[in-house]
Amino acid sequence: MRSKLIVTLAVVACLVLAWNIRTIFLHVPDEANQGAIFRILYFHVPSAMTSFCGFFVAMAFSLMYLYKQDLKYDSIAASITEVSLAFAIVTLVTGSIWGRIIWGVWWAWDARLTSYFICILIYSGYLMLRRAVDEPNQRARFSTVLSVLGCADITIVWKSIEWFRTQHPGPVLSVRNGGGMAPGMEAPVYINLIPLLMLCLALILVRTRQEDLRHEVDALRRTAHSF
Amino acid sequence: MDRNFLYLCYGLIAAWMVIFIYVISLALRERSLRQELDRVRKMVDDGERSSRGVNDPRP
Repeated sequence: MRSKLIVTLAVVACLVLAWNIRTIFLHVPDEANQGAIFRILYFHVPSAMTSFCGFFVAMAFSLMYLYKQDLKYDSIAASITEVSLAFAIVTLVTGSIWGRIIWGVWWAWDARLTSYFICILIYSGYLMLRRAVDEPNQRARFSTVLSVLGCADITIVWKSIEWFRTQHPGPVLSVRNGGGMAPGMEAPVYINLIPLLMLCLALILVRTRQEDLRHEVDALRRTAHSF
Repeated sequence: MDRNFLYLCYGLIAAWMVIFIYVISLALRERSLRQELDRVRKMVDDGERSSRGVNDPRP
């Protein structure tokens, strides 16, 4: 059942993505100042949104662990965090290449970039911590603390372009009262968000299946040791 | 469309490379987990057989 769902999600995501890429390249005109490179926005922004959604859902599962004391929720939270971190890295890489053309530098220590970099460091630390702590309940509690810390940082990342006027442009999407894009240019951003979320969900399902396998291996090992 | 098109391609290739590398790492991890599961299952089967006093058919 889960395998079928993973394949369905991946296939539908690829189809929607292919259709939207066609729109982005053939129907959306170049931006007047930036030329073709502005199209990287259609991957940069949806992957950032996907990672933000993932990190918040992971925090919800971590808090659910604290409430229910069931390690299943901690496993799900770890799976979601790992996949979301991959999308966060995509955001950082695409943003860096975009910045190289528009700002002339690969990186700037402005408020948005720095807070996002800190976010990636927090979640990388989260994954390293999980490898370092053996006791499952202690590991889950520490993970929850880092997850809450990471989400607090994401709030700063989200609001940083309103609070500080530094290198990164302010809000451009109409959902954030930006109004800096024509409607025809803005729609593919949201359409691309759908396949990226589906892809993210498919990867989370693969990752949770691996967590289940890991638990099965651990349980069998305990049985083997009892002989 | 030509202006900065090359960098757009670099950006898209880099983005998909990150996802692709992650998917490959997931696939490798799953394969090693399944191999480990088979090994441990076999170990448990052998243990159960020997605890029941059944002779191991292997040489």
